Amino acid sequence: MASQKIIAVYLFAKLTKYNSGKAVALSHGGIWASETGGENPALLINRPRPAGRGSPPLADMPEDPRMKSRYSIFSLARNALNYHKDWERAWRSPEPKAEYDAVIVGAGGHGLATAYYLAKNHKLTNIAVVEKGWLGGGNTGRNTTIIRSNYLQDASIAIYELARSLYEDLSQELNFNVMFSPRGLLMLCQTEHEFRALKRTSHANRLAGLDCRMITPEEVKRLVPIVNDDPACRYPILGAYYQPRGGTGRHDAVAWGYARGADSMGVDIIQNCEVTGILRDGDRVTGLETTRGTIKTKKIGVVTAGHVSTVCQMAGVRLPIESVCLQALVSEPIKPVIDCVVMANTVHGYISQSDKGELVIGGGADPYNNYSQRGSFPALEHTVTALVETFPIISRLRMLRMWGGIVDMTGDRSPIIGLTPVEGLYVNAGWGTGGFKAIPGSGYVFADTIANGRPHPIAEPFGLHRFIEGRLVDESVAAAVAH
Amino acid sequence: MLLITCPVCGAEGDETDFHAGGEAHIKRPATSDPGNISDAEQRDYLFMRKNPKGLHFERWRCDRGCGKWFHAARDTVSLRFRAFYRVTELPPRDLMEQATGEWREFFKDKLAQGESRS
Repeated sequence: MASQKIIAVYLFAKLTKYNSGKAVALSHGGIWASETGGENPALLINRPRPAGRGSPPLADMPEDPRMKSRYSIFSLARNALNYHKDWERAWRSPEPKAEYDAVIVGAGGHGLATAYYLAKNHKLTNIAVVEKGWLGGGNTGRNTTIIRSNYLQDASIAIYELARSLYEDLSQELNFNVMFSPRGLLMLCQTEHEFRALKRTSHANRLAGLDCRMITPEEVKRLVPIVNDDPACRYPILGAYYQPRGGTGRHDAVAWGYARGADSMGVDIIQNCEVTGILRDGDRVTGLETTRGTIKTKKIGVVTAGHVSTVCQMAGVRLPIESVCLQALVSEPIKPVIDCVVMANTVHGYISQSDKGELVIGGGADPYNNYSQRGSFPALEHTVTALVETFPIISRLRMLRMWGGIVDMTGDRSPIIGLTPVEGLYVNAGWGTGGFKAIPGSGYVFADTIANGRPHPIAEPFGLHRFIEGRLVDESVAAAVAH
Repeated sequence: MLLITCPVCGAEGDETDFHAGGEAHIKRPATSDPGNISDAEQRDYLFMRKNPKGLHFERWRCDRGCGKWFHAARDTVSLRFRAFYRVTELPPRDLMEQATGEWREFFKDKLAQGESRS
């Protein structure tokens, strides 16, 4: 009886202290509570810890990474009682080993997904992902998080729809809330030409089994009440292409979830490790020179987006790719005004609203080669002008942040996935302005390609050979929009 | 914002007054030898692009001035223009010497032969 009383008092004291002193953790709970335990676990990694408290420093942690516990409502409750001091690190920070079975260059979404599926589907766990900066710090953290699969060509539909369908249960698969939100995606038709082009796309998509349809201006107005439906405006709404299963996801969480999943299967994710050279013996790769020493390996997967040309150049491989800057921006947070994704391709802007209330806005890429992650002001101005025309109520919003990512553009605006002329060197690049939506599918087929040394059937049309054979997967013209 | 000067008419402006035209000094192989072009050469002409991180050579058009195409040397990291030169010319010699990677290969013969026209 007495002991029960003591426990009750102890719990009460803890809970009241939690409520008064840990308000910050609670305020994040809305977003992260269900899967990750109240706080973004990835942010716990490098937080300074008071001496003698909390979890042990990295070196003292158990050798076997599979000791990782699952995130659940119980782990949330347990850690809440401990003031969130004891969350374990979501992934290790290992020193590079001398040799791996395969090395992925680039710890963005695509690279980490590749490592995850290599370990999970192909049991290749003696592998590493090397990353110049921090994981998810490139285009994975710089996109507008749109997920859709409504491309025109069959080859594109296959890979983007594989990705979209993998997104559907990715949170359960990874035990990490990637906040996939299939809130529906509209592509507005604002000219007769665009209406016909998107109608063609919708027919192609329906033949391929995609869930989509064309909708009337009245339906558009019902789904998006803030849209300008004045038939006399310069670009009136004539209808829209609607993919109800498209939507958005949490871009960082996708990288963090794949990183945690890959790490728990033994994959070494090595950050702050820049590749400075690719070692070759004749026509095959033998390893990598990095800023953290030489790593021997027979298989290298280059997944470095805007820097894919510079990395492949180290192995003497040329690519049909140019790097340009694509910008995006967010407004100040406002009350919910738009609960789906709207792309207005004629005026050239797209918009959705984040859970924080910010309008997330994207547009076209700058027209010239750029490695600086700084875009030009005219491109931003063009995007905002376009959206104000289509959504007049946003005209007085202040913009909070803008940023640029370096995207890798191919001539047909389709990716390059597969083998290169150098044996053991695989490349997954050219996702251009639309890579985020493809992350799970891209990793899935690229892992299969690396493990088996031949292109996965879905990746096969995206090989480098298509540029010699003239067998392009042309999504450039098909999109009816300048990328 | 890029600040551009047209080497033909002298017009100055930003990138909205000009049109970016991509990599410079590309020659269509079928022009010189139409009967004997391999698929790989045609691929190189159509799709392969130099994508340097650093000094790059490209084409621009003076949209709101004289309407002429011209060449420019620009750094793709600092975004600073290093030179503007006419569409029939090669870059200034010192820039050809500073070029790296594929551009170094491209200019090697031209430097050795002392060419100045493209």
